[in-house]
Amino acid sequence: MAANLFSPPQLSARFIHVWRRNALVWRKLAIPSLLGNLADPMLYMLGFGYGLGRLLPDTFGTSYIAFLAAGTVASSAMMSASFEAMYSGFSRMHVQRTWDAILNAPVTLDDVVIGEVVWAATKSFMASGAVLVVATALGLVKSWLALWVLPVIFLTGLAFASMGLVMTALSPSYDFFMYYFTLFITPMMLLCGVFFPNDQLPHALQQAAVVLPLAHAVQIVRPLMNDALPAALVVHLSALALYAIIPFHAALALTRRRLLQ
Amino acid sequence: MSQLTARALRKSYGKREVVSGIDLELEAGECFGLLGPNGAGKTTTLRLCLGLTEPDSGTISLLDLPVPRAARAARARVGVVPQMDNLDPDFTVRENLLVYGRYFGLRDVEINERIPRLIDFAGLAARTGDSIRALSGGMKRRLTLARALVNDPDILFLDEPTTGLDPQARHLIWERLRQLLSQGKTIFLTTHFMDEAERLCNRLAIMDRGRIIAGGTPRELIDTHIEPHVVEVYGDGAQGWADTHAGRLSERCEHAGETVFCYVRDADPLLAELERQPALRYLHRRANLEDVFLRLTGRDLRD
Repeated sequence: MAANLFSPPQLSARFIHVWRRNALVWRKLAIPSLLGNLADPMLYMLGFGYGLGRLLPDTFGTSYIAFLAAGTVASSAMMSASFEAMYSGFSRMHVQRTWDAILNAPVTLDDVVIGEVVWAATKSFMASGAVLVVATALGLVKSWLALWVLPVIFLTGLAFASMGLVMTALSPSYDFFMYYFTLFITPMMLLCGVFFPNDQLPHALQQAAVVLPLAHAVQIVRPLMNDALPAALVVHLSALALYAIIPFHAALALTRRRLLQ
Repeated sequence: MSQLTARALRKSYGKREVVSGIDLELEAGECFGLLGPNGAGKTTTLRLCLGLTEPDSGTISLLDLPVPRAARAARARVGVVPQMDNLDPDFTVRENLLVYGRYFGLRDVEINERIPRLIDFAGLAARTGDSIRALSGGMKRRLTLARALVNDPDILFLDEPTTGLDPQARHLIWERLRQLLSQGKTIFLTTHFMDEAERLCNRLAIMDRGRIIAGGTPRELIDTHIEPHVVEVYGDGAQGWADTHAGRLSERCEHAGETVFCYVRDADPLLAELERQPALRYLHRRANLEDVFLRLTGRDLRD
Protein backbone atom coordinates (compact mmCIF):
# COMPACT_ATOMS: atom_id res chain seq x y z
CA MET A 1 0.00 0.00 0.00
CA ALA A 2 2.82 2.37 0.81
CA ALA A 3 4.20 1.22 -2.54
CA ASN A 4 5.69 3.50 -5.07
CA LEU A 5 5.27 7.28 -4.73
CA PHE A 6 4.14 7.48 -8.32
CA SER A 7 1.93 4.41 -8.56
CA PRO A 8 -1.53 5.28 -9.89
CA PRO A 9 -4.18 6.25 -7.33
CA GLN A 10 -6.11 3.35 -5.79
CA LEU A 11 -9.63 4.59 -6.30
CA SER A 12 -12.20 3.31 -3.85
CA ALA A 13 -15.53 4.40 -2.43
CA ARG A 14 -13.91 4.71 1.00
CA PHE A 15 -13.04 8.33 0.25
CA ILE A 16 -16.65 9.01 1.19
CA HIS A 17 -15.83 8.42 4.90
CA VAL A 18 -13.31 11.26 4.74
CA TRP A 19 -15.75 13.46 2.87
CA ARG A 20 -18.46 12.73 5.45
CA ARG A 21 -16.13 13.58 8.31
CA ASN A 22 -15.45 17.00 6.82
CA ALA A 23 -19.11 17.51 5.99
CA LEU A 24 -20.08 16.77 9.60
CA VAL A 25 -17.67 19.44 10.87
CA TRP A 26 -18.94 21.88 8.29
CA ARG A 27 -22.58 21.22 9.19
CA LYS A 28 -21.99 22.46 12.71
CA LEU A 29 -20.96 25.84 11.35
CA ALA A 30 -22.81 25.79 8.05
CA ILE A 31 -24.59 29.14 8.28
CA PRO A 32 -21.65 31.29 9.44
CA SER A 33 -19.41 29.44 7.02
CA LEU A 34 -21.66 30.10 4.05
CA LEU A 35 -22.17 33.72 5.03
CA GLY A 36 -18.43 34.11 5.42
CA ASN A 37 -17.85 32.59 2.01
CA LEU A 38 -20.45 34.87 0.54
CA ALA A 39 -19.62 38.15 2.28
CA ASP A 40 -16.25 38.87 0.74
CA PRO A 41 -17.06 38.26 -2.93
CA MET A 42 -20.46 39.97 -2.51
CA LEU A 43 -18.87 43.13 -1.13
CA TYR A 44 -16.59 43.39 -4.14
CA MET A 45 -19.33 42.50 -6.56
CA LEU A 46 -21.89 44.93 -5.21
CA GLY A 47 -19.39 47.66 -4.37
CA PHE A 48 -17.61 47.68 -7.72
CA GLY A 49 -20.65 46.57 -9.66
CA TYR A 50 -22.91 49.40 -8.56
CA GLY A 51 -20.24 51.96 -7.65
CA LEU A 52 -17.93 51.61 -10.60
CA GLY A 53 -20.56 50.19 -12.91
CA ARG A 54 -22.49 53.48 -13.16
CA LEU A 55 -19.37 55.21 -14.45
CA LEU A 56 -18.83 52.65 -17.19
CA PRO A 57 -20.44 52.55 -20.61
CA ASP A 58 -22.17 49.31 -21.51
CA THR A 59 -19.22 47.94 -23.46
CA PHE A 60 -19.39 44.40 -22.16
CA GLY A 61 -22.52 43.39 -24.00
CA THR A 62 -24.16 43.47 -20.60
CA SER A 63 -24.17 45.66 -17.49
CA TYR A 64 -20.88 45.84 -15.60
CA ILE A 65 -22.40 44.26 -12.52
CA ALA A 66 -23.59 41.25 -14.54
CA PHE A 67 -20.10 41.02 -16.05
CA LEU A 68 -18.63 41.13 -12.58
CA ALA A 69 -21.14 38.60 -11.18
CA ALA A 70 -19.89 35.97 -13.62
CA GLY A 71 -16.29 36.68 -12.69
CA THR A 72 -17.20 36.46 -9.00
CA VAL A 73 -18.91 33.07 -9.41
CA ALA A 74 -15.73 31.68 -10.99
CA SER A 75 -13.29 33.35 -8.61
CA SER A 76 -15.15 32.33 -5.46
CA ALA A 77 -14.93 28.70 -6.58
CA MET A 78 -11.18 29.22 -6.83
CA MET A 79 -10.90 30.95 -3.44
CA SER A 80 -13.05 28.57 -1.53
CA ALA A 81 -11.36 25.40 -2.83
CA SER A 82 -7.90 26.90 -2.29
CA PHE A 83 -8.59 27.90 1.31
CA GLU A 84 -10.14 24.56 2.14
CA ALA A 85 -7.36 22.49 0.58
CA MET A 86 -4.58 24.57 2.09
CA TYR A 87 -5.51 26.05 5.47
CA SER A 88 -8.10 23.48 6.52
CA GLY A 89 -6.29 20.62 4.82
CA PHE A 90 -3.03 21.52 6.55
CA SER A 91 -4.82 21.61 9.91
CA ARG A 92 -6.14 18.13 9.36
CA MET A 93 -2.94 16.71 7.93
CA HIS A 94 -0.31 18.35 10.11
CA VAL A 95 -1.74 20.20 13.10
CA GLN A 96 -4.57 17.98 14.32
CA ARG A 97 -3.10 14.79 12.84
CA THR A 98 -6.56 13.80 11.69
CA TRP A 99 -5.13 12.03 8.65
CA ASP A 100 -2.83 9.94 10.84
CA ALA A 101 -5.82 8.80 12.86
CA ILE A 102 -7.70 7.90 9.69
CA LEU A 103 -4.71 5.99 8.28
CA ASN A 104 -4.72 3.68 11.31
CA ALA A 105 -8.16 2.53 10.20
CA PRO A 106 -8.65 0.52 7.01
CA VAL A 107 -8.53 3.65 4.87
CA THR A 108 -5.55 4.45 2.67
CA LEU A 109 -3.82 7.76 2.04
CA ASP A 110 -5.19 7.68 -1.50
CA ASP A 111 -8.70 7.58 -0.05
CA VAL A 112 -7.86 10.51 2.22
CA VAL A 113 -6.44 12.66 -0.57
CA ILE A 114 -9.37 11.92 -2.88
CA GLY A 115 -11.79 12.63 -0.03
CA GLU A 116 -10.10 15.97 0.64
CA VAL A 117 -10.14 17.01 -3.02
CA VAL A 118 -13.79 16.10 -3.47
CA TRP A 119 -14.69 17.79 -0.21
CA ALA A 120 -12.89 21.03 -1.11
CA ALA A 121 -14.65 20.96 -4.49
CA THR A 122 -17.95 20.43 -2.70
CA LYS A 123 -17.31 23.44 -0.51
CA SER A 124 -16.41 25.59 -3.48
CA PHE A 125 -19.54 24.33 -5.21
CA MET A 126 -21.62 25.55 -2.26
CA ALA A 127 -19.81 28.88 -1.93
CA SER A 128 -19.81 29.66 -5.61
CA GLY A 129 -23.34 28.31 -5.99
CA ALA A 130 -24.48 30.73 -3.29
CA VAL A 131 -23.03 33.63 -5.30
CA LEU A 132 -24.91 32.34 -8.34
CA VAL A 133 -28.15 32.25 -6.36
CA VAL A 134 -27.68 35.83 -5.18
CA ALA A 135 -26.79 36.96 -8.69
CA THR A 136 -29.98 35.30 -9.94
CA ALA A 137 -32.03 37.00 -7.24
CA LEU A 138 -30.56 40.34 -8.34
CA GLY A 139 -31.68 39.63 -11.92
CA LEU A 140 -28.13 39.29 -13.23
CA VAL A 141 -28.64 35.86 -14.78
CA LYS A 142 -30.27 35.80 -18.19
CA SER A 143 -31.38 32.19 -18.74
CA TRP A 144 -31.62 28.60 -17.55
CA LEU A 145 -28.37 27.95 -19.38
CA ALA A 146 -26.78 29.21 -16.16
CA LEU A 147 -27.61 25.87 -14.53
CA TRP A 148 -24.68 24.44 -16.54
CA VAL A 149 -22.46 26.68 -14.44
CA LEU A 150 -22.91 24.26 -11.53
CA PRO A 151 -20.86 21.34 -12.91
CA VAL A 152 -18.29 23.84 -14.17
CA ILE A 153 -17.71 25.34 -10.73
CA PHE A 154 -17.41 21.84 -9.27
CA LEU A 155 -14.72 21.05 -11.83
CA THR A 156 -13.05 24.37 -11.07
CA GLY A 157 -13.15 23.40 -7.41
CA LEU A 158 -11.50 20.04 -8.16
CA ALA A 159 -8.71 21.81 -10.05
CA PHE A 160 -7.97 24.37 -7.34
CA ALA A 161 -8.32 21.79 -4.57
CA SER A 162 -5.71 19.59 -6.28
CA MET A 163 -3.34 22.49 -6.78
CA GLY A 164 -3.88 23.60 -3.19
CA LEU A 165 -3.12 20.11 -1.88
CA VAL A 166 0.20 20.17 -3.71
CA MET A 167 1.08 23.24 -1.64
CA THR A 168 -0.27 21.62 1.53
CA ALA A 169 1.91 18.56 0.98
CA LEU A 170 4.97 20.78 0.58
CA SER A 171 4.19 23.24 3.34
CA PRO A 172 6.16 23.46 6.59
CA SER A 173 3.61 25.89 8.12
CA TYR A 174 0.59 28.06 7.41
CA ASP A 175 2.82 31.01 6.43
CA PHE A 176 3.94 29.13 3.33
CA PHE A 177 0.48 29.54 1.75
CA MET A 178 0.96 33.30 1.56
CA TYR A 179 3.39 32.79 -1.34
CA TYR A 180 0.84 30.81 -3.26
CA PHE A 181 -1.83 33.44 -2.74
CA THR A 182 0.44 36.37 -3.54
CA LEU A 183 2.19 34.82 -6.51
CA PHE A 184 -0.60 32.78 -8.04
CA ILE A 185 -4.12 33.44 -6.77
CA THR A 186 -4.08 37.26 -6.58
CA PRO A 187 -2.48 37.72 -10.04
CA MET A 188 -5.13 35.39 -11.44
CA MET A 189 -7.87 37.54 -9.96
CA LEU A 190 -6.49 40.45 -11.96
CA LEU A 191 -5.39 38.73 -15.17
CA CYS A 192 -8.17 36.27 -15.87
CA GLY A 193 -11.07 38.55 -16.68
CA VAL A 194 -12.82 38.64 -13.32
CA PHE A 195 -12.97 42.45 -12.98
CA PHE A 196 -12.31 43.55 -16.55
CA PRO A 197 -11.96 41.86 -19.91
CA ASN A 198 -8.63 40.25 -20.46
CA ASP A 199 -8.12 42.12 -23.79
CA GLN A 200 -7.43 45.32 -21.86
CA LEU A 201 -4.07 43.87 -20.88
CA PRO A 202 -0.80 44.30 -22.78
CA HIS A 203 -0.55 41.67 -25.48
CA ALA A 204 2.14 39.55 -23.80
CA LEU A 205 0.19 39.40 -20.51
CA GLN A 206 -2.96 38.48 -22.39
CA GLN A 207 -1.19 35.57 -24.01
CA ALA A 208 0.16 34.40 -20.69
CA ALA A 209 -3.14 34.82 -18.90
CA VAL A 210 -5.32 32.78 -21.23
CA VAL A 211 -3.70 29.52 -20.14
CA LEU A 212 -4.33 30.11 -16.41
CA PRO A 213 -6.96 27.88 -14.82
CA LEU A 214 -9.19 30.71 -13.63
CA ALA A 215 -9.27 32.15 -17.17
CA HIS A 216 -10.72 28.90 -18.47
CA ALA A 217 -13.38 28.89 -15.76
CA VAL A 218 -14.34 32.50 -16.49
CA GLN A 219 -14.53 31.81 -20.23
CA ILE A 220 -17.15 29.13 -19.60
CA VAL A 221 -19.12 30.68 -16.75
CA ARG A 222 -19.63 34.17 -18.20
CA PRO A 223 -21.37 33.23 -21.46
CA LEU A 224 -23.53 30.65 -19.66
CA MET A 225 -24.79 33.32 -17.26
CA ASN A 226 -25.40 35.66 -20.19
CA ASP A 227 -27.52 33.25 -22.24
CA ALA A 228 -24.77 32.27 -24.67
CA LEU A 229 -22.87 29.09 -25.46
CA PRO A 230 -19.19 29.38 -24.57
CA ALA A 231 -16.75 29.46 -27.47
CA ALA A 232 -14.14 26.72 -27.47
CA LEU A 233 -16.01 24.96 -24.68
CA VAL A 234 -14.14 21.68 -25.12
CA VAL A 235 -10.77 23.41 -24.93
CA HIS A 236 -11.67 25.18 -21.69
CA LEU A 237 -13.18 22.08 -20.07
CA SER A 238 -10.19 19.95 -21.06
CA ALA A 239 -7.81 22.55 -19.69
CA LEU A 240 -9.67 22.62 -16.35
CA ALA A 241 -9.67 18.82 -16.28
CA LEU A 242 -5.90 18.77 -16.82
CA TYR A 243 -5.47 21.32 -14.05
CA ALA A 244 -7.36 18.89 -11.83
CA ILE A 245 -5.72 15.64 -12.93
CA ILE A 246 -2.03 16.56 -13.10
CA PRO A 247 -1.82 18.38 -9.74
CA PHE A 248 -3.93 15.63 -8.16
CA HIS A 249 -1.27 13.06 -9.06
CA ALA A 250 1.45 15.39 -7.87
CA ALA A 251 -0.38 15.98 -4.58
CA LEU A 252 -0.76 12.24 -4.13
CA ALA A 253 2.94 11.55 -4.72
CA LEU A 254 3.95 14.39 -2.39
CA THR A 255 1.64 13.38 0.45
CA ARG A 256 2.78 9.77 0.10
CA ARG A 257 6.35 10.99 0.44
CA ARG A 258 5.46 13.13 3.42
CA LEU A 259 3.33 10.67 5.38
CA LEU A 260 4.19 7.13 4.34
CA GLN A 261 7.97 7.11 4.39
CA MET B 1 -1.77 -18.93 17.02
CA SER B 2 0.57 -16.14 16.01
CA GLN B 3 -1.09 -12.75 15.69
CA LEU B 4 1.94 -10.94 14.39
CA THR B 5 5.14 -12.25 12.89
CA ALA B 6 7.95 -10.09 11.62
CA ARG B 7 11.17 -11.47 10.17
CA ALA B 8 14.43 -9.66 9.49
CA LEU B 9 12.82 -6.22 9.24
CA ARG B 10 14.98 -3.38 8.02
CA LYS B 11 14.17 0.26 7.39
CA SER B 12 16.46 3.17 6.62
CA TYR B 13 15.84 6.89 6.27
CA GLY B 14 18.56 8.21 4.04
CA LYS B 15 21.80 6.82 5.38
CA ARG B 16 20.43 6.21 8.86
CA GLU B 17 19.18 2.70 9.53
CA VAL B 18 16.35 2.99 12.03
CA VAL B 19 15.34 -0.67 12.13
CA SER B 20 18.24 -3.04 11.62
CA GLY B 21 16.97 -6.55 11.17
CA ILE B 22 14.48 -7.35 13.90
CA ASP B 23 12.24 -10.39 14.48
CA LEU B 24 8.98 -10.28 16.38
CA GLU B 25 6.39 -12.88 17.28
CA LEU B 26 3.16 -12.20 19.18
CA GLU B 27 0.92 -15.01 20.38
CA ALA B 28 -2.82 -14.54 20.78
CA GLY B 29 -3.84 -13.17 24.16
CA GLU B 30 -0.43 -12.02 25.28
CA CYS B 31 0.81 -8.57 26.12
CA PHE B 32 4.10 -7.90 24.44
CA GLY B 33 6.17 -4.84 25.29
CA LEU B 34 8.79 -3.23 23.13
CA LEU B 35 11.08 -1.18 25.34
CA GLY B 36 13.69 1.26 24.24
CA PRO B 37 15.08 4.73 24.72
CA ASN B 38 13.89 7.61 22.53
CA GLY B 39 14.96 7.09 18.95
CA ALA B 40 15.45 3.33 19.35
CA GLY B 41 13.12 2.61 16.42
CA LYS B 42 9.99 1.57 18.35
CA THR B 43 7.51 3.80 16.54
CA THR B 44 8.97 2.93 13.14
CA THR B 45 8.60 -0.75 14.04
CA LEU B 46 4.92 -0.20 14.83
CA ARG B 47 4.39 1.70 11.58
CA LEU B 48 6.01 -1.14 9.66
CA CYS B 49 3.78 -3.73 11.35
CA LEU B 50 0.69 -1.67 10.51
CA GLY B 51 1.72 -1.31 6.88
CA LEU B 52 1.95 2.49 7.10
CA THR B 53 5.46 2.43 5.75
CA GLU B 54 7.22 -0.15 3.67
CA PRO B 55 10.24 -2.09 4.97
CA ASP B 56 13.41 -2.06 2.91
CA SER B 57 13.54 -5.82 3.48
CA GLY B 58 11.94 -8.48 5.65
CA THR B 59 8.47 -9.93 5.93
CA ILE B 60 5.48 -9.13 8.12
CA SER B 61 2.34 -11.12 8.71
CA LEU B 62 -0.41 -9.48 10.76
CA LEU B 63 -3.43 -11.63 11.66
CA ASP B 64 -2.26 -14.03 8.95
CA LEU B 65 -2.31 -11.35 6.29
CA PRO B 66 0.81 -10.20 4.46
CA VAL B 67 1.79 -6.60 5.26
CA PRO B 68 2.03 -4.11 3.61
CA ARG B 69 0.27 -5.85 0.67
CA ALA B 70 -2.92 -6.66 2.61
CA ALA B 71 -2.37 -4.07 5.35
CA ARG B 72 -5.73 -2.47 4.80
CA ALA B 73 -7.62 -5.69 5.39
CA ALA B 74 -5.45 -6.44 8.43
CA ARG B 75 -6.07 -3.00 9.93
CA ALA B 76 -9.80 -3.67 9.84
CA ARG B 77 -9.16 -6.05 12.78
CA VAL B 78 -6.60 -3.90 14.58
CA GLY B 79 -6.93 -1.04 17.07
CA VAL B 80 -4.27 1.64 17.35
CA VAL B 81 -3.54 4.10 20.16
CA PRO B 82 -0.97 6.52 18.77
CA GLN B 83 1.70 8.27 20.77
CA MET B 84 0.28 11.73 20.09
CA ASP B 85 -3.39 12.32 20.71
CA ASN B 86 -5.19 12.80 17.44
CA LEU B 87 -8.79 12.87 18.51
CA ASP B 88 -10.90 15.11 16.35
CA PRO B 89 -11.12 18.47 18.15
CA ASP B 90 -14.11 19.54 16.09
CA PHE B 91 -16.23 16.74 17.50
CA THR B 92 -17.79 15.71 20.78
CA VAL B 93 -16.83 12.53 22.61
CA ARG B 94 -19.67 10.62 20.99
CA GLU B 95 -19.05 11.99 17.50
CA ASN B 96 -15.40 10.99 17.71
CA LEU B 97 -16.44 7.38 18.16
CA LEU B 98 -19.12 7.57 15.49
CA VAL B 99 -16.89 9.09 12.84
CA TYR B 100 -14.03 6.73 13.64
CA GLY B 101 -16.32 3.72 13.36
CA ARG B 102 -17.33 4.88 9.89
CA TYR B 103 -13.70 4.66 8.75
CA PHE B 104 -14.03 0.91 9.38
CA GLY B 105 -17.02 0.74 7.12
CA LEU B 106 -19.38 0.12 10.04
CA ARG B 107 -22.96 1.26 9.68
CA ASP B 108 -24.19 4.05 11.96
CA VAL B 109 -26.67 1.71 13.69
CA GLU B 110 -23.89 -0.72 14.57
CA ILE B 111 -21.65 2.03 15.88
CA ASN B 112 -24.41 3.68 17.86
CA GLU B 113 -25.07 0.31 19.48
CA ARG B 114 -21.43 0.08 20.58
CA ILE B 115 -20.96 3.68 21.70
CA PRO B 116 -22.53 3.43 25.20
CA ARG B 117 -20.26 0.49 26.12
CA LEU B 118 -17.20 2.27 24.76
CA ILE B 119 -18.03 5.45 26.63
CA ASP B 120 -18.54 3.45 29.84
CA PHE B 121 -15.22 1.75 29.29
CA ALA B 122 -13.57 5.16 28.95
CA GLY B 123 -15.36 6.37 32.09
CA LEU B 124 -16.79 9.30 30.16
CA ALA B 125 -20.52 8.67 30.55
CA ALA B 126 -21.02 12.17 31.95
CA ARG B 127 -19.07 13.76 29.08
CA THR B 128 -20.74 12.19 26.04
CA GLY B 129 -21.75 15.48 24.46
CA ASP B 130 -18.68 17.46 25.51
CA SER B 131 -16.14 18.80 23.09
CA ILE B 132 -12.71 17.17 23.10
CA ARG B 133 -11.19 20.50 24.01
CA ALA B 134 -12.87 20.31 27.42
CA LEU B 135 -11.26 16.96 28.36
CA SER B 136 -8.18 16.41 30.52
CA GLY B 137 -5.15 14.54 29.22
CA GLY B 138 -6.20 11.35 30.98
CA MET B 139 -9.74 11.53 29.59
CA LYS B 140 -8.40 12.02 26.09
CA ARG B 141 -6.16 8.98 26.41
CA ARG B 142 -9.08 6.86 27.65
CA LEU B 143 -11.20 8.06 24.77
CA THR B 144 -8.39 7.29 22.33
CA LEU B 145 -8.28 3.79 23.79
CA ALA B 146 -12.04 3.44 23.47
CA ARG B 147 -11.83 4.71 19.90
CA ALA B 148 -9.29 1.99 19.11
CA LEU B 149 -11.90 -0.56 20.23
CA VAL B 150 -14.71 0.69 18.01
CA ASN B 151 -14.11 -2.13 15.49
CA ASP B 152 -13.79 -4.78 18.24
CA PRO B 153 -10.19 -5.54 17.20
CA ASP B 154 -8.28 -8.79 17.80
CA ILE B 155 -5.03 -6.98 18.46
CA LEU B 156 -4.21 -3.56 19.87
CA PHE B 157 -1.13 -1.49 19.11
CA LEU B 158 -0.31 1.09 21.77
CA ASP B 159 2.53 3.53 21.26
CA GLU B 160 3.60 4.84 24.67
CA PRO B 161 0.05 4.77 26.00
CA THR B 162 0.69 6.57 29.29
CA THR B 163 3.36 9.11 28.38
CA GLY B 164 2.46 12.48 29.88
CA LEU B 165 -0.23 11.19 32.25
CA ASP B 166 -0.40 11.63 36.01
CA PRO B 167 -0.20 8.52 38.26
CA GLN B 168 -3.97 8.26 38.72
CA ALA B 169 -4.57 8.38 34.99
CA ARG B 170 -1.80 5.85 34.32
CA HIS B 171 -3.22 3.36 36.80
CA LEU B 172 -6.64 3.67 35.25
CA ILE B 173 -5.22 2.99 31.78
CA TRP B 174 -3.34 -0.05 33.10
CA GLU B 175 -6.48 -1.35 34.74
CA ARG B 176 -8.36 -1.00 31.44
CA LEU B 177 -5.60 -2.75 29.50
CA ARG B 178 -5.68 -5.67 31.94
CA GLN B 179 -9.42 -5.83 31.45
CA LEU B 180 -8.85 -6.11 27.69
CA LEU B 181 -6.25 -8.84 28.16
CA SER B 182 -8.69 -10.79 30.28
CA GLN B 183 -11.16 -10.55 27.40
CA GLY B 184 -8.58 -12.27 25.22
CA LYS B 185 -7.27 -9.32 23.24
CA THR B 186 -3.64 -9.32 22.16
CA ILE B 187 -1.64 -6.21 23.02
CA PHE B 188 1.53 -4.86 21.49
CA LEU B 189 2.82 -1.84 23.35
CA THR B 190 5.88 0.33 23.25
CA THR B 191 7.00 2.16 26.32
CA HIS B 192 10.00 3.55 28.09
CA PHE B 193 8.37 3.15 31.49
CA MET B 194 9.77 0.05 33.11
CA ASP B 195 7.07 -0.16 35.76
CA GLU B 196 4.48 -0.14 33.00
CA ALA B 197 6.24 -2.96 31.17
CA GLU B 198 6.75 -4.95 34.36
CA ARG B 199 3.11 -4.62 35.36
CA LEU B 200 1.47 -5.39 32.05
CA CYS B 201 3.67 -7.45 29.81
CA ASN B 202 4.13 -11.23 29.76
CA ARG B 203 6.98 -10.80 27.38
CA LEU B 204 9.35 -7.99 26.56
CA ALA B 205 11.97 -7.08 24.04
CA ILE B 206 14.49 -4.32 24.61
CA MET B 207 15.30 -2.37 21.50
CA ASP B 208 18.19 -0.01 20.98
CA ARG B 209 19.64 1.58 17.85
CA GLY B 210 17.32 -0.41 15.63
CA ARG B 211 18.11 -3.82 17.11
CA ILE B 212 16.49 -6.05 19.66
CA ILE B 213 19.22 -6.58 22.22
CA ALA B 214 17.38 -8.73 24.77
CA GLY B 215 14.07 -10.50 25.23
CA GLY B 216 12.06 -12.63 27.63
CA THR B 217 9.65 -12.34 30.53
CA PRO B 218 10.36 -9.47 32.93
CA ARG B 219 11.67 -11.99 35.49
CA GLU B 220 13.94 -13.71 32.96
CA LEU B 221 15.40 -10.42 31.85
CA ILE B 222 16.26 -9.47 35.41
CA ASP B 223 17.66 -12.91 36.23
CA THR B 224 19.73 -13.12 33.06
CA HIS B 225 21.14 -9.67 32.74
CA ILE B 226 21.65 -8.32 36.20
CA GLU B 227 22.71 -9.17 39.74
CA PRO B 228 19.72 -9.60 42.07
CA HIS B 229 20.54 -6.75 44.47
CA VAL B 230 21.24 -3.10 43.97
CA VAL B 231 22.70 -0.77 46.56
CA GLU B 232 22.58 2.91 45.67
CA VAL B 233 25.08 4.98 47.63
CA TYR B 234 24.89 8.78 47.91
CA GLY B 235 26.57 11.53 49.87
CA ASP B 236 29.90 13.34 50.11
CA GLY B 237 32.71 10.95 49.57
CA ALA B 238 30.59 8.28 47.86
CA GLN B 239 32.92 8.45 44.91
CA GLY B 240 36.08 8.03 46.97
CA TRP B 241 34.53 5.29 49.03
CA ALA B 242 33.53 3.45 45.88
CA ASP B 243 37.06 3.63 44.50
CA THR B 244 38.45 1.84 47.53
CA HIS B 245 35.66 -0.52 48.60
CA ALA B 246 32.96 -0.98 46.01
CA GLY B 247 35.12 -2.89 43.56
CA ARG B 248 35.95 -5.44 46.25
CA LEU B 249 32.43 -5.83 47.67
CA SER B 250 30.23 -5.73 44.58
CA GLU B 251 30.19 -7.56 41.26
CA ARG B 252 29.78 -4.37 39.30
CA CYS B 253 29.41 -0.73 40.10
CA GLU B 254 28.42 2.32 38.08
CA HIS B 255 28.70 6.02 38.76
CA ALA B 256 25.97 8.40 37.71
CA GLY B 257 26.39 11.95 38.95
CA GLU B 258 26.53 11.88 42.74
CA THR B 259 25.25 8.33 43.01
CA VAL B 260 27.09 5.03 42.94
CA PHE B 261 25.09 1.99 41.89
CA CYS B 262 26.49 -1.27 43.25
CA TYR B 263 25.17 -4.50 41.77
CA VAL B 264 25.68 -7.52 44.02
CA ARG B 265 24.68 -11.16 44.44
CA ASP B 266 25.08 -11.06 48.20
CA ALA B 267 24.46 -7.64 49.68
CA ASP B 268 25.46 -8.41 53.32
CA PRO B 269 29.21 -7.68 53.24
CA LEU B 270 28.59 -4.44 51.36
CA LEU B 271 25.86 -3.35 53.77
CA ALA B 272 28.05 -4.19 56.77
CA GLU B 273 30.79 -2.01 55.29
CA LEU B 274 28.33 0.83 54.65
CA GLU B 275 27.19 0.72 58.30
CA ARG B 276 30.72 1.82 59.16
CA GLN B 277 30.42 4.91 56.93
CA PRO B 278 28.16 7.43 58.73
CA ALA B 279 28.70 10.11 56.02
CA LEU B 280 27.12 7.96 53.34
CA ARG B 281 23.44 7.32 52.76
CA TYR B 282 22.34 4.26 50.90
CA LEU B 283 19.32 2.44 49.53
CA HIS B 284 19.21 -1.32 49.21
CA ARG B 285 16.64 -2.81 46.85
CA ARG B 286 15.98 -5.73 44.52
CA ALA B 287 17.13 -5.29 40.96
CA ASN B 288 14.33 -4.31 38.59
CA LEU B 289 13.74 -3.93 34.91
CA GLU B 290 15.05 -0.39 34.90
CA ASP B 291 18.44 -1.68 36.01
CA VAL B 292 18.42 -4.16 33.14
CA PHE B 293 17.39 -1.44 30.74
CA LEU B 294 20.13 0.94 31.87
CA ARG B 295 22.68 -1.85 31.85
CA LEU B 296 21.84 -2.77 28.27
CA THR B 297 21.23 0.67 26.78
CA GLY B 298 23.65 2.74 28.87
CA ARG B 299 23.11 5.84 30.95
CA ASP B 300 23.73 8.41 28.23
CA LEU B 301 20.91 10.76 27.30
CA ARG B 302 19.08 10.00 24.04
CA ASP B 303 17.43 13.13 22.75
